[in-house]
Amino acid sequence: MASLITCPHCGVRPKEEFTIRGDASLVRPAPTASDETWHDYVYVRANPRGRTLEHWQHAGGCRRFLVVERDTFTHEVYSVTDGAAFARENGK
Amino acid sequence: MRYSAFSIVKNALSGNLKWKPQWRQAEPKSHYDVIIVGGGGHGLATAYYLAKEFGVKNVAVLEKGYLGSGNVGRNTTIVRSNYMLPGNEPFYEFSMKLWEGLERELNYNVMLSQRGVIMLYHSDGQRDAYIRRGNAMWMEGVAAELIERDQLKKMIPFLNYDHARYPILGGLLQRRAGTARHDAVAWGYARGADRHGVDIIEHCEVTAIRRENGVVTGVETTKGFIGCGKLALAAAGNTSRVGEMADLKLPIESHVLQAFVTEGLKPCIDHVIVYGGGHFYISQSDKGGLVFGGEIDGYTSYAQRGNLATAEHVMEEGVTMIPGLSRVRVLRSWAGVMDMSMDGSPIIDRTPIDNLYLNCGWCYGGFKATPASGYCFAHLIAKNDTHPVARFLRLDRFARGYAVDEAGAGPQPNLH
Repeated sequence: MASLITCPHCGVRPKEEFTIRGDASLVRPAPTASDETWHDYVYVRANPRGRTLEHWQHAGGCRRFLVVERDTFTHEVYSVTDGAAFARENGK
Repeated sequence: MRYSAFSIVKNALSGNLKWKPQWRQAEPKSHYDVIIVGGGGHGLATAYYLAKEFGVKNVAVLEKGYLGSGNVGRNTTIVRSNYMLPGNEPFYEFSMKLWEGLERELNYNVMLSQRGVIMLYHSDGQRDAYIRRGNAMWMEGVAAELIERDQLKKMIPFLNYDHARYPILGGLLQRRAGTARHDAVAWGYARGADRHGVDIIEHCEVTAIRRENGVVTGVETTKGFIGCGKLALAAAGNTSRVGEMADLKLPIESHVLQAFVTEGLKPCIDHVIVYGGGHFYISQSDKGGLVFGGEIDGYTSYAQRGNLATAEHVMEEGVTMIPGLSRVRVLRSWAGVMDMSMDGSPIIDRTPIDNLYLNCGWCYGGFKATPASGYCFAHLIAKNDTHPVARFLRLDRFARGYAVDEAGAGPQPNLH
């Protein structure tokens, strides 16, 4: 359930401590990228029914950005990773 | 069968055994001129106006569940046209005017109740914003009234006027706005469409969209392949999934919005009241229950159920506005899955595929738009030309820099 999120720094916390910032699977294009690439990045979403990656900020706790892997239908949370660690792993 | 006082008396005298079903249980034909995916309010209204106003008779509506199982039966029944932007106000006012004639049009009691919608303000800045909105409404010929605190206290005495953080200073009232019976709207349009020859096919889920030479030729469904000349998508909540079948890239996220109803009370809330300090709205149903809702749950979701924490938050806002609400028991809660578009406004447009049409992105404002959405979508499908009041609701408006951002929140769906 997405009522509880396990912050890798603070442990299990209620969802209210977090601010959700949306899709974390998007990669920010280069400043010189085409208008179409930027349009897709800012506006277009895959919006899957199933597994998805999202940015959640633990605003009421350690204030770290996290990447939560979650199912959009069952609300099951598969993993919570620190945002910086996620970016390093994925080379962003 | 036409409904009338005479038909009621006649059927009562024959033991109410001779009422006919309101629409046929149609089985799919092999080919239709137009197939509409989605048997919700918008899909049914589109079918109705296509057949009645635009003379397209060979139409089918495909619904994966039963009629009224989606958002048309999962909302708080509010109808209004108190918008500000030129891309919105004429459209919603067109809808309001259709609402006002809907019962006569459909020969069906949709229980339209123009009890007035009042949006409360809590600060001088918010007051100015509402004056601006009211003026924008007047410029489109729509009446709006600013109600000052003293006058409001006489109208609605039970609000918490002296809240420390959100004192209620007044409100913006649209008297013609109100509520309608949501199920009756779906049934009325279904019956109307059926009378004009539309096939309404329930329990028929679309599983794929078949294309040949760049045009859509039909849909694969759980009841087999059905061919079509034009395909119209009105599958709110699941638009991304249906759109994916035709490789559409859409500015849509699916979010869940909850609503609640309390035990039945004697008449106590005369208007629809919207709390501007947070995001809370309440009205009383004709049966007596208080119907209310608040913000979306905040994260993408395809589950037709909500999160308890959001329910708690909505209750808190309600009790902040009406302290007496804490004494009332909530009987039921439910949730609907909505397309949240990136600017909070809907999309009624053609797609890059010539005979594929799209109606989506209603966020949490789809119910009030049902008649105008159906009319404008039918206009678009029949004439291949956008209806004037829907001309801002284009799919490519983000790329062109013409977002219709009523809330001024930017491209972030959970902020609208």
